[in-house]
Amino acid sequence: MSYEPPVTDYDYIVENCTCAFCGCNCDDLDFLVKDNHVVAVRHACRLGASKVMEDLDQRLMVPMVRNEEGVLTETDWDTALDTAAEYIANSIRPVFYGWSETSTECMKEGLELGEYIGAVLDNQATICHGPSLQAMQNAGYPIQTLGEVKNRADVVVYSGSNAMNSHPRHLARWAVYPRGYFRQRGRFDRTVVTMDPKFSDTAKCSDMWIGFEQNGDYGFYNAIRAVIKGKKLQSESVSGIPAEDIYELVDVMKNAEFGVLFFGLGLTHTLGKQRNIDIAIKMVQDLNAMSKWGLTPMRGHFNVNGFNIFMAFETGWAFGVDFCRGWGRYMLGETNTIDLLVRKEPDCFMVVAADPGAHFPNGANQHLADIPVIQVDIHWGPSTELADVVLPGSFISVECAGTSYRMDGVPIYMKKAIDKPETCRDDEWIIRELKERVMKLREETNVAEKYVPNPIMDLKRLEKEE
Amino acid sequence: MEYILKNGIVYDPQNEINGETMDIFIKDDQIAESVSDDAKVIDVSNKIVMPAGVDVHAHVAGPKLVLGRLYRPEDSRMGVSQKTKIERAEAGFSIPCCPTTGYRYSRMGYGTVCEAAMPPLEAKHTHEEIATIPNIDINPVTLFGNNWFCMEYAREGRIEEMAAYIAAMLRVSKGYGVKIVNPCGSEAWGWGQNVHGYDDKAPYFDVTSRQLVVALAKANEMLGLPHSIHIHPNDLGHPGNYPTTVETLKSIKEIKKSTKKAAKIRDQTVHNTHLQFHAYDGTSWKDASSGADKVADFINHNDYVTGDVGQVTFDETTTMTADAPMEYDLFQISGLKWANKDIECETAAGIIPCIYSPKTPVGTLQWAIGLELFLLVDNPWQICMSTDHPNAGPFIRYPRIISWLMSAPRRMEMIENGEVHKWSHKRTGLAGLDREYDFYEIATITRAAPAKIHGFPDRGALTPGYKADIAVYDVNPNDFDPSRNPEMVERIFTSAAYTIKDGQILVKDGDLVATKPSHVIWTDVKGWEREEAQVLNEMMPFFTQYYSVKWENYQVHDHFLSNPIKVEVPAK
Ligand code: SF4
Ligand SMILES: [Zn+2]
Repeated sequence: MSYEPPVTDYDYIVENCTCAFCGCNCDDLDFLVKDNHVVAVRHACRLGASKVMEDLDQRLMVPMVRNEEGVLTETDWDTALDTAAEYIANSIRPVFYGWSETSTECMKEGLELGEYIGAVLDNQATICHGPSLQAMQNAGYPIQTLGEVKNRADVVVYSGSNAMNSHPRHLARWAVYPRGYFRQRGRFDRTVVTMDPKFSDTAKCSDMWIGFEQNGDYGFYNAIRAVIKGKKLQSESVSGIPAEDIYELVDVMKNAEFGVLFFGLGLTHTLGKQRNIDIAIKMVQDLNAMSKWGLTPMRGHFNVNGFNIFMAFETGWAFGVDFCRGWGRYMLGETNTIDLLVRKEPDCFMVVAADPGAHFPNGANQHLADIPVIQVDIHWGPSTELADVVLPGSFISVECAGTSYRMDGVPIYMKKAIDKPETCRDDEWIIRELKERVMKLREETNVAEKYVPNPIMDLKRLEKEE
Repeated sequence: MEYILKNGIVYDPQNEINGETMDIFIKDDQIAESVSDDAKVIDVSNKIVMPAGVDVHAHVAGPKLVLGRLYRPEDSRMGVSQKTKIERAEAGFSIPCCPTTGYRYSRMGYGTVCEAAMPPLEAKHTHEEIATIPNIDINPVTLFGNNWFCMEYAREGRIEEMAAYIAAMLRVSKGYGVKIVNPCGSEAWGWGQNVHGYDDKAPYFDVTSRQLVVALAKANEMLGLPHSIHIHPNDLGHPGNYPTTVETLKSIKEIKKSTKKAAKIRDQTVHNTHLQFHAYDGTSWKDASSGADKVADFINHNDYVTGDVGQVTFDETTTMTADAPMEYDLFQISGLKWANKDIECETAAGIIPCIYSPKTPVGTLQWAIGLELFLLVDNPWQICMSTDHPNAGPFIRYPRIISWLMSAPRRMEMIENGEVHKWSHKRTGLAGLDREYDFYEIATITRAAPAKIHGFPDRGALTPGYKADIAVYDVNPNDFDPSRNPEMVERIFTSAAYTIKDGQILVKDGDLVATKPSHVIWTDVKGWEREEAQVLNEMMPFFTQYYSVKWENYQVHDHFLSNPIKVEVPAK
């Protein structure tokens, strides 16, 4: 990395902007603006800074509709919105997917449309931390805010997460380096452990690296739990880790004043999937009998947690909520995007601020190629190639304000710093327009004549005597 | 729009109207002295008319709730129902989603609910949920009982600074009043510990629960806030905890109530929430028994105290409280899935599902203690309806609790036919209590008293000029014996004949006919600007170093407020 001189040529600075990249939602950025363009970003890591500054790279600027020859052609907003609205209105099994890189304000519009038309609403959790959500529904969820980690934590464990690369400032702002109220010497007051088969960059700045075997997560955590409970290990090594190392590790964990486990997709997506998280949660619960421990999933996108929170308070469930019958249904493996696509159920797909084309398994994408796909996004991506209508949105936290939820659930209001390109529209506006247009095209589906309370509630109604 | 509610049988305790047949006039969103000839007449003869319900204490919006919903999909499934032209699909039983919460309160004839625990750092979240709950107004109270700044102020005895800090924080979080939960205990939970008793210290902060609570009460009265301190004392749920409760209340005795206008409406200087969880005698669950008589006796002799009950309803519910160490204790007992959330410099929260079964000794003891408190506190203005929703049961069970209060035979039947465990009468005095509430007293504990306790100047009564928040129930109290018809009582209060909110008919014959956006109610203290600026200035370096967000992002911007009602508290 060569030396770059500081940027001095700018018109003004906007302070306390939020980074719309990873789940750290750093809200301490300064944008240096010149000619309505962010020319430099202070405080952000390279990931965040480059996303903000290279906002025009492969930027979708104009609405597009795929013509009869199968070529995406530029068009005006009215035509594009009408085409998209027609696709939605004519569908019987629409799926609205994504949402993790837009605001809760935009989600609100999307949910209203989804409930009206009977769609499935789902987000990236279905392919990332879904197993974590599933596990917390099995086992519980002891978490804490990141400031709590900064102020108290003396033992920090990263498991299946290479935060140095994926959430670069996580270590610097909260978990490892900063001076906290009870950790005045910062890094020196903390023991950092990385559990990862790979000797990752995070492992390099840790005090202990536990490089257990690939897919050895469950067995390894199981061994830790056994030792925590005072059992002796029967074999000399578990998942490739010598028993002595496990005893040593458990010693560190038990003697923590405040320990935190951060886990990433390296734990959620190896062999045991949600069972890995189950047992990690149980381990943390065990540790609380003798110490104080919490955990936090390292959520990837800046608002992937926000969608789960938003859906939970609006509908009762976090993701994969199916409204096709006029009430919410949530059943993992049944109402989630990949399962639906692989079963070839959906006949219309709207993707908002996400890139299934790049991330979905082949079978799922094959079905996407067969049905109308509407893309609302700011950048070109493989999904654009699948899309039949492209609606260019605006960049939340830079060109447009909105609310997001950090990985620990702290809400952040991301303000606007510059104007969006003239030809683009805010995500919230786009989805509202679609909603209104669909409502004109089609009656609401699956509306009950009369409210019938769920019998399980035993809310006996007043029966009028004749 | 103008209405006349004609010929109703009115119960309006604030105006001392006890079952008189009279007309109520509505003009736009207010109750009026009279209306024009164009007014629409609604015949409510032989029906009960009351002010709309006011819930003194419930948990309906915020990070704890969402954690519960996220990790209990089984609870959301329990309450589903299909959408209609008027309402969205419902979901949830003990922790219904936001729209459902509003609908269900409305059907019961409620108009206002106090959200009882808002952590400032996540206040934006609470407000997002409030904005999603239709039909009811919500006043969220802000958590101060484990706040690091407050603990420092209390230790150093800097009451004025504490008052200025509270004033600033109510504005920052858009909160209504001062909530205290397990003072110093949730901070101790930061290290996996708890405090025991009222005179225990938070680790490292060198301040006792007593010092903190007394300081907060003084600051509260110094500001003259509409509501008093609202406290959940230490030792919740522990056998033998009633002395802690009484000690806590006693320590407020000498504190003078503010003479400022906003504080005039209320009589109390301390509101003790969910007293049921704090009225246990004994030393362990083996020999636990009721301490309700002692707590009630204290309240009967001290009119500066009010409380609500936190009545157990025998349901599968979700407990959630900022008393996080207690939730971990529950986890060790039940082994059910445990969730927890610690919030930097401010508070903590624990969550665990809980099944209160009438077949178990502990659940039954708690049920009986709750009823004892209702029946032993003489003055209904000092005791309010609550289940500490969802902790002791969901709010949709209020009608059932009313039926228990109005019918001694029903209570005796439950005890005698073995519907409830024998601890109900072996360990409590419930079987010896034959008091029965009448409709006037029910109206007091479910609307008039809660409104007075919160210091609302615009609701809880049918006074002209007040909000037209009205409930009509389809029963003629003059030829109906609630004592003999408990099931009917439950039905009547479950579905209002009319719920009118801000002059708009939302419920008719138990069905929603309309929905409207809610209002959020918060307190804006005036005249402390200089002191506020000073404390904020002083705390800013600390904030920047030890919080995880920027100050700009800490504040709840107007963007998040749903139709705010700002209660102004005038200068010193
Ligand atoms: S750590 Fe994440 S949120 Fe913070 S600046 Fe880097 S990419 Fe952005
Ligand atoms: Zn409570």
